[in-house]
Amino acid sequence: MSTDTVGCVVCDAIYSLRPELADQATQCARCGHRITYGKRATLAWLVSLSATNVALLAMVVFLPFLELHSGQFENAASVIDVVLGFSSGIMVPLALAVLAFILMLPLSRFLLLIYALGPIAVGRRNLPYAARALRGVFLLKPWAMAEIFMVGVAVALVKLADLATISIGPAFWIFAGVVILNAYQDTLMCRHTLWTALICNE
Amino acid sequence: MQRVITARETGRVVCRSCSLVAPAKQMRCARCNEWLQSRDALSQQKVWAWLIVGLIAYIPANLYAMLRTTQSFRTTESTIVGGVVDLVHHGAYAVAIIVFVASIVIPVGKFIVIAYLAILTTRRHRTDPHRLLLLHEVVEFIGRWSMIDVFVVAILTALVQFDVLATINPGIAAVCFALSVVFTMLAAQSFDSRQIWDRLEGKSNHE
Ligand SMILES: [Zn+2]
Ligand SMILES: [Zn+2]
Repeated sequence: MSTDTVGCVVCDAIYSLRPELADQATQCARCGHRITYGKRATLAWLVSLSATNVALLAMVVFLPFLELHSGQFENAASVIDVVLGFSSGIMVPLALAVLAFILMLPLSRFLLLIYALGPIAVGRRNLPYAARALRGVFLLKPWAMAEIFMVGVAVALVKLADLATISIGPAFWIFAGVVILNAYQDTLMCRHTLWTALICNE
Repeated sequence: MQRVITARETGRVVCRSCSLVAPAKQMRCARCNEWLQSRDALSQQKVWAWLIVGLIAYIPANLYAMLRTTQSFRTTESTIVGGVVDLVHHGAYAVAIIVFVASIVIPVGKFIVIAYLAILTTRRHRTDPHRLLLLHEVVEFIGRWSMIDVFVVAILTALVQFDVLATINPGIAAVCFALSVVFTMLAAQSFDSRQIWDRLEGKSNHE
């Protein structure tokens, strides 16, 4: 198969992309879907962004996220505490789901990307199942909800305003950093470029 | 404008995961191992199945309590709507609007839009495909934001645990609501956007 024939995943139109066009931003003429992003981000840059995010997330888990003072009571909660708050009886499945949405799935996306593209970035052969890993990165995207969690934090702070004093812990700011870096990383993840790089490395 | 040719017209199929073009008979993508289908024949059934279970879960999510707050031995329960009303009473209008949009407007809008797309694309239609695609993309993009309220419940539960003085516990509606969001996200993902153009009348593909 010639790899310069590209299909639009949204509307089924097909295009033959000349190599010089594949490096630019191209759009589907029928539905406007972006076929190629035209950003010349190196794979090494994507992999190092992912590695940074993994390191930041590891810090988020252990540092306090929010601290609450009410009279003589004090309570510092890490992200894990936020999730464990649910963990009684029938709420356990919900606790696990929340943990997955805000922490595990974003983390998995970073790890899968490092697994799939890391070897290319350092000039080695692809690891086994690299294609599955890269497919997972795109598949998990709608289920990783770190940015939605941040808005949830803002709402919770307002709701608690007259009950207690809340101070924001360092993990909050680190987590915000992960959300921003992740959003930036997603703007660089051109499917066409990444899949071409992966298949050419075999 | 360049003449648009579809993969189906030329007996080929586009991989929905990596956009590689393969012969129609091929079962799985050579590049990413995704299952290949020119059109998802079961798309309609999947959309309706997920949409209906999503709707079923959304009903108890509104009837039962999201939050059970215990303060000085008195327990009060608040539903989704009750939570929004409380915020308005506290004068936090901006946040009340955020919660109202995320928990009521988006889910209800999503049920209507997905049903509309599923009904419309099974018959011949003249509706502007760009508008239909935009609706689908908006639903896919915005649907996840309904989760805000579930996360708020999780955070409040974790922070407010002062034994008898004040505790906040999640209610059963939090589970129902989370399930409803997940099911409707699956409904939106099951919709095969390629169908939008399949039964389009009047304007041809060539534009
Ligand atoms: Zn298209
Ligand atoms: Zn593929």
